[in-house]
Amino acid sequence: MGRAYSTIAFDPAKCDGCGDCMTACAQAKTGTDDIARSRIQIYGRDGAADKTFELALCRQCADPKCVTVCPAGALDKDGTSGVIGWDASKCVDCLLCTVGCAYAGIALDEGTGHVAKCDTCDGNPACVPACPKGALKHITTANIYNEVGDWEDLFAPGLAGCQGCNTELLMRHTLRRVGPDTVLATPPGCVPGMGSVGFNGTTGTKVPVFHPLLTNTAAMLAGIKRQYKRVGRDVQALAIAGDGGASDVGFQSLSGAAERGEQMLFMVVDNEGYMNTGMQRSSCTPYGAWTSTTPVGEATRGKTQDAKNLPLIMVNHRCAYVATASTAYMEDLYDKLDKAIAASKTGFAYLHVYSPCTTGWRFPSNLNMEVARKAVETNFVMLWEYTPQAGLHFTKPVDDPLPVTDYLKAMGRFRHLSPEQVEHIQKKVVENQKFVERMTEHAHVG
Amino acid sequence: MDRAIEHTKYLIAGSSHAALEAINAIRMHDAEGPITVVTRDSYLPYSPTVLPYVVSGKSAPARIFLRDDDFFARNKVSYRPESGLKALHADRNSVELADGSSVVYEKLLLATGASPAIPPIPGIDTVSYHVLRTLDDALKLRGAIAESKQAVVLGAGLVGMHAAENLVKAGASVTIVEMSDQLTSGYFDKVAADMIEQAFRDAGAKIMTGSRVVRLEPSAAGAKLTLENGTTLEADLLLVATGVKPNMGYLNGSGVEHAQGILVDDRMQTTAANVWAAGDCAQARGFFTGTKVMNAILPDATIQGRVAGMAMAGDPGLKDYAGGVPLNTYHFFGRHAISVGSSTVPEGGEMVTRFDEKTGRYLKAIFAPDGCLTGIFGVNEFFDGGVMAQLILRRIDLTPLRERFVANPLAVGREIMSQTWR
Repeated sequence: MGRAYSTIAFDPAKCDGCGDCMTACAQAKTGTDDIARSRIQIYGRDGAADKTFELALCRQCADPKCVTVCPAGALDKDGTSGVIGWDASKCVDCLLCTVGCAYAGIALDEGTGHVAKCDTCDGNPACVPACPKGALKHITTANIYNEVGDWEDLFAPGLAGCQGCNTELLMRHTLRRVGPDTVLATPPGCVPGMGSVGFNGTTGTKVPVFHPLLTNTAAMLAGIKRQYKRVGRDVQALAIAGDGGASDVGFQSLSGAAERGEQMLFMVVDNEGYMNTGMQRSSCTPYGAWTSTTPVGEATRGKTQDAKNLPLIMVNHRCAYVATASTAYMEDLYDKLDKAIAASKTGFAYLHVYSPCTTGWRFPSNLNMEVARKAVETNFVMLWEYTPQAGLHFTKPVDDPLPVTDYLKAMGRFRHLSPEQVEHIQKKVVENQKFVERMTEHAHVG
Repeated sequence: MDRAIEHTKYLIAGSSHAALEAINAIRMHDAEGPITVVTRDSYLPYSPTVLPYVVSGKSAPARIFLRDDDFFARNKVSYRPESGLKALHADRNSVELADGSSVVYEKLLLATGASPAIPPIPGIDTVSYHVLRTLDDALKLRGAIAESKQAVVLGAGLVGMHAAENLVKAGASVTIVEMSDQLTSGYFDKVAADMIEQAFRDAGAKIMTGSRVVRLEPSAAGAKLTLENGTTLEADLLLVATGVKPNMGYLNGSGVEHAQGILVDDRMQTTAANVWAAGDCAQARGFFTGTKVMNAILPDATIQGRVAGMAMAGDPGLKDYAGGVPLNTYHFFGRHAISVGSSTVPEGGEMVTRFDEKTGRYLKAIFAPDGCLTGIFGVNEFFDGGVMAQLILRRIDLTPLRERFVANPLAVGREIMSQTWR
């Protein structure tokens, strides 16, 4: 298996060109304040109406050209850290690496006469904390993939999901994490639709899986868990259900199991509608969204009601654990998955994961993570967790949210919105945020 | 077929940059297919480009190798040194090797590189001289330089110039004899060459450009050279560095078409079935000319090796070779020169130069009539050669940015890079 590596990410939209990253790098690497010698270089674009900033920094390429054109074997990619290292004792100062790199990631340092490049400061890059705008991030999610990659994949190798859907990612990660001593319940929806219940008499998972009705998922799973408990087997009871199956017709059994404190992990994959059966609206579909049952025409302009906030309703069941999560924030998701599994050993754990739907929401299949990230960055979706002991708190607070239009314009289902509808949604985002904030405050005082 | 004859799926003749990139490309797509590398060299892979630094002592000979035995083991490659290609029988997919054995292949890559071109000077066979293309050459030359008092370097290409600098630094009196009227022609223009010449003269070297050697004969010192104008030179060390010629003697009768080099198409395939060629021995499309040219430089060898490897493995991600772009860097006496692209000004195009006498910074940029960069050359003026090559290959119109670009190609090149191929 190949390894995943940490990386330094640059968001030009957040950069204001202050140059603090270059100063930090020059200080860390050359002991001077000479930003010309920094290994990260920010360039301002002159003459443009809106000033933007550009970056030159080693990409630590997977297939590095600088290494292939080095005649002296002085450059090498480290298989563990992913960093392309430069060996001064082998370098002959020929500069061919600078001709090989298309990204200006390795360049002449006129202070030394040698080439210099980013080495990520041994995994602790000085530039990142120096950025006052959060335009530079050190993305370390790779650690998760390297660890999880060694665990057994309990989902079928082939599947029938839509292109670009993040549910496969979610299924594989979740099943790997819960492990083989698991019984999985997947009611009608995308999760069985893409292959978890299997085909032609074989299951799509390497753990026992069953396909309850929409109405009785939590009840059936509770019975199975209790039977295993009675015969003395410690089995992880896991449900992966869609938002329709959880918030609409399946809500009664979900609420009942939560109220009784059944020992299970109930994961909802929320794609804000009945996407598997032709994109009908659910009670989780947001206001204004197009679905096949909230069409856009002369008389109607998408859904006319606001979405139900199912995770907040679950909080009011005082479950052992309730959290919202997003696949754009895998470290956060993993942290919550671990806590939910632990909580499900003694009570009811509920995990609500947002799942942008390439097919039903109408956006290109390569943008799933970007849409998921924009949902959080605009506060359209808030990431938080709750336990009865600690109350509710944000895990990825967004104090300076982007306008909700940044999220809405990322997909086709909101394309028809009138300014009034956009205003309604923006107000709702602020209202929801205040509502959850009040719950966090409440937790602090009491 | 004879059981004793070795069969392999991918046979690669040669072991330097083009060959190594082809191995990478094949293994990206085909993790298992047997690969056999046969090479005339007796060492692990190394780059001819590093050899001047072995001569100077900057590179330790034991530390120049680009791969180790473990690499070949991990990649399931059989590495066979001292077994250069002797004859190719493309009609029956087999080769004869210098060690007398034969190998039958499914796909063959000719990455056999080049050897020094020895000029037909009368008497050259009667004197002993050095060349610099293999590690053994380098080790011999390194020993000789330490002993030399008066050396003559024939040819002022990059190999000759590197060696001349080493000789000067080792304390020898050095004369560089070059046929054309400037040093490093083909790499750098007259202005840059004059700067290089001045650096060598300042260090005590004698430069004789526009000079042709008409006779060589043995002498007490070693060799006596007679120039066209009657001047004679004595040398205790003679280095012949008048260019290279592709190694393709094994092609005789094989049916593989060749001119200056082995002719290949945009996927590095030769005119014979199942035979590809890449690197210094190949003659492939030039980016600027459209005709097939020799572009015997390291970066192009890696690109061609990759294209050939992908084609041999049937990798569907393969894109046609974009054509060779000249790319050279040269370090001399602590200064540097970089050349990217063509030095010919296209018809209707424009050449812009600037020179700062105080700092010794020289820059020349050439633009096509459509505003695209076709060449950029600098002495003591650092810019990102890789970014410049992309500007040329992507044919980006620089008209709106030209003034700023010429003033600061480093910053403006990076801006365009960041915006265009972020």
